Amino acid sequence: MKPSNTQESKFTKSMAWLDARFPATETFEYHMSRYYAPKNFNFFYYFGILATVMLVNQLVTGIWLTMNYVPTGAGAFASVEFIMRDVEYGWLLRYLHSTGASFFFIVVYLHMYRALMYGSYRGPRELLWLIGMAIFVALMAEGFFGYLLPWGNMSYWGAQVIVSLVGAIPYIGPDLMEWVRGDFLMSEATLNRFFALHVIALPLVLVMLVFVHFVALHHVGSNNPDGIDIKKTKDSNGVPLDGIPFHPYYTVHDIHALVVFFIIFLGFVFFAPEGWGYFLEKPNFEMADPLKTPEHIAPVWYYTPFYSMLRAATYPLFGVPAKFWGFVVMVGAIIIPAVLPWLDRSPVRSMRYKGMWSKVMLGQFVVSFFILGYLGTKGPTDVRTAAAQFFTMTYFAYFVLMPWYTRIEKCKPEPDRVTAR
Amino acid sequence: MQTRTGQGDRAMRKLLMIMMLCVPSLVWSATEINWDMEAFDPNLKDKPSLQNGMRLYVNFCLGCHSLKFQRYERTVDFLGIPHEVALENLVFSDQKIGDLITTAMSPEGAKAWFGATPPDLTQVAKTRGGEWIYNYLKTFYSDPARPLGVNNKVFPNVGMPNVLAGLQGVQVEACVQRPKIAENGGEMRDPLIPGLAITEEKCGELVVEDGTGLYSAQEFDDAIYDLTNFLYYVAEPTRLERHRTGVFVILFLIILGCFTYLLNREYWKDVH
Repeated sequence: MKPSNTQESKFTKSMAWLDARFPATETFEYHMSRYYAPKNFNFFYYFGILATVMLVNQLVTGIWLTMNYVPTGAGAFASVEFIMRDVEYGWLLRYLHSTGASFFFIVVYLHMYRALMYGSYRGPRELLWLIGMAIFVALMAEGFFGYLLPWGNMSYWGAQVIVSLVGAIPYIGPDLMEWVRGDFLMSEATLNRFFALHVIALPLVLVMLVFVHFVALHHVGSNNPDGIDIKKTKDSNGVPLDGIPFHPYYTVHDIHALVVFFIIFLGFVFFAPEGWGYFLEKPNFEMADPLKTPEHIAPVWYYTPFYSMLRAATYPLFGVPAKFWGFVVMVGAIIIPAVLPWLDRSPVRSMRYKGMWSKVMLGQFVVSFFILGYLGTKGPTDVRTAAAQFFTMTYFAYFVLMPWYTRIEKCKPEPDRVTAR
Repeated sequence: MQTRTGQGDRAMRKLLMIMMLCVPSLVWSATEINWDMEAFDPNLKDKPSLQNGMRLYVNFCLGCHSLKFQRYERTVDFLGIPHEVALENLVFSDQKIGDLITTAMSPEGAKAWFGATPPDLTQVAKTRGGEWIYNYLKTFYSDPARPLGVNNKVFPNVGMPNVLAGLQGVQVEACVQRPKIAENGGEMRDPLIPGLAITEEKCGELVVEDGTGLYSAQEFDDAIYDLTNFLYYVAEPTRLERHRTGVFVILFLIILGCFTYLLNREYWKDVH
């Protein structure tokens, strides 16, 4: 079927009208149809777009949850149950949001792992990486504030543990803690401010940072599994030989990935939304009770590696309690990846061409991360604390020793053109 | 011709897979209960069981334990009980059909009488689990040392009276003969007399004194099953709807996935 001439010209005309007033075509071409992405993207390159989709999922379901959620000490827990029982498809909205939070972190962790593996943080992408780190920190804060809102017993005690860390800061700690909570204990005042931060402040910050993350990415161009610069070899039109227009090639690619991802994600939402007690913890089906501490206070799984490191600090130093040093170690562990661009001295970006040491260190880093994560879900014992201390060391070793091991190892030569996926 | 140099990341992928596979095996930490728990397998499609469970609940439990997040109307609609029948037989206060299932007992009074306010049980099947409830309700036994004269195997020194004693009868701790279990896990048989089990005495087991209860052992087990099944339903009333919707959603996505796969293949077939 051939579109009639009048129809075509109508469309062209209206686009011209629009383009004269707003850079519609220009923007589409810059970010989509003339954005040349390396054609050798592999499995690990799906997680950026999946993280974006999860952000949208959290925003949309969050808006609808807010319509029925009551941010008061007396009403919060009951309103969540009201959503689960009496709101039409409320259970679906709630599970999409609560299970979605876990999947958001799964894709973000894999997205970050990809960057570690292929050196995506290396120049000229340092700023892109820093923006990404800011997103990660904002996301952790977002999840933390959100976890208090159902006002379950684990919500209450989990938030209590983390907020009490502020109290361990020398001199100003106790006053600062009171200021953060807005009360002498975790209370409705705390719930209200966490609600405000969770539904307005941090989502705004996240959306803006994600936007900036995209702008920076499309300015420097995507890295690829070979870690080589595709802009070095261009054809006569200035198009990278190893590049391919993002639209339509990667849009159709990502749409398929999205469908596969949604089969897994919605599989959990519909058939195991609680993730066997990992996505929604059992004590959280009981209302917050300041007089009843849960047996083990454990944060949701995505915080447990950092929670382990927090508990691993057991020695008071310089007259400051161990709790404060635990706080320092935890914050350090979260933000230390930010300096990776300046720690990595390797002549190559990708793990494919790096030497043995880099592979061993990344491998042990992943193992440490998982073991710390496991330990964080458990109550502390002497052996577990010792293990947490050991793996905290190995976690940091990956970063701290990087300037040395990336220089002394023998790397393979990088190819000029990208290889297979 | 391009060469594959992805050995490094294949190793990384393998490592990642192994780590992910390890996670589920680390999931369960055993709660310490010194009792051989009987399995409980819920069945939300068994409407008569759920109806009987609700009948037992409102008669024996609701006096103290509310289900304050769940409404009569949604419950009886799911259970297939007409509203008039429900109002007549299951709602004992002057509540309306759309009201939440609350208890008439005042929290202050309850605290004075039992030492603690009886908890709301809407989500008990989530916090404790169905298996726990099923075994808990079956393992009350006489213990004169306790203030209320009863103790429990699953919840030692529990503060709740045995409200189901009239149905079950008087259950006491006793020593009984049980089949001896061989090393391979099977019951041991006498080699000389075919079929005869070799038994050993086990103490701390529970037996019901004959003729003290309204129900037979089987009837009581069934009643507890129904009651637990009902509580399992109340903990998440939308569970069946969730599963049903989920099947359609996943099937739709699988079909959609075939088309997106073909679309992707069509676009990429000329890219080398």
